[in-house]
Amino acid sequence: MNTISIQQEPFDISAVQEEMRQSNPAIGAVVTFIGQMRDINAGEQVTAMTLEHYPGMTEKALGKILAEADERWDLMGMRVIHRVGELKPMDPIVLVAIASAHRGEAFQACEFVIDYLKTRAPFWKKEQTADGERWVDARDGDKEAEKRWS
Amino acid sequence: MIQVLFFAHLREQVQTEMLELEANPGLANVAAIIELLQQRGDAWASAFSDERSVMMAVNRELADLETPIKDNDEVAFFPPVTGG
Repeated sequence: MNTISIQQEPFDISAVQEEMRQSNPAIGAVVTFIGQMRDINAGEQVTAMTLEHYPGMTEKALGKILAEADERWDLMGMRVIHRVGELKPMDPIVLVAIASAHRGEAFQACEFVIDYLKTRAPFWKKEQTADGERWVDARDGDKEAEKRWS
Repeated sequence: MIQVLFFAHLREQVQTEMLELEANPGLANVAAIIELLQQRGDAWASAFSDERSVMMAVNRELADLETPIKDNDEVAFFPPVTGG
C-alpha cells in the first residue's frame, strides 16, 4: 500500500516508521529519507520559508513517481509526506519511507523517489532572508540526479 | 474554455493566477498558447522568453511545447520545481 499526504501540519517520523515496520511480517527493511529546511541557502541566512504547490497535480505527480518505483523494484509499501505552507529552519519538509523484503530495493527506491520528486513534483519554495523574499532556484545537481535513473 | 494557471515566480511576473482562453483550431498545442500569451505584454513576453525557465502541464501531467490542447483542458505554467 502506498500513501501520499500533502499537508500543512508537521508529521511524526517515528509514527510512520513504526506503522510501516509493523505492517507486514515479510518486511525486512524500512528506509526513510527526511528533507528538512536549512537556515542558510546560496550564501544567505534564511529565517523562514513558504512552500507553494499545485493542488491536484501534486498528488498525481507523486502517485506517478511511486507507481514507477513499484514497477522498478519489489517493494512492500511506500509513504510520502510533504509539507506546504509556512516553515522554519530545522522543520522537516518531506518524508519518504519505503519498505521491502531486503535493503537493496528500499535504499534504491527511496533515492529514486526523492530524486524524481525534486524535479517533477510541483512545489516551489519562497525564502525569507535579511534582504527580503526570494524564490529558490532549481539546482543543476537535482537535474543530474534525476538523469541517473533513466 | 481552456483554463490556464500560473504558479510561483511566474505568477508574480505576469501578475495573473488564472485566465481562460476560448478553444479554437489555432490553439492546437502548448506552443500556440505560449505564443498567444507572449502578445499580452512585456511582462508576458519576458516570462516566456527562456524555454528552460518554464515548465508546463496539461491536465495535471507534465507536458511540453508539442502537447496537444483541446477544449476544457487545464494548462499550467510554472518555474522549475523546487520541492523536497
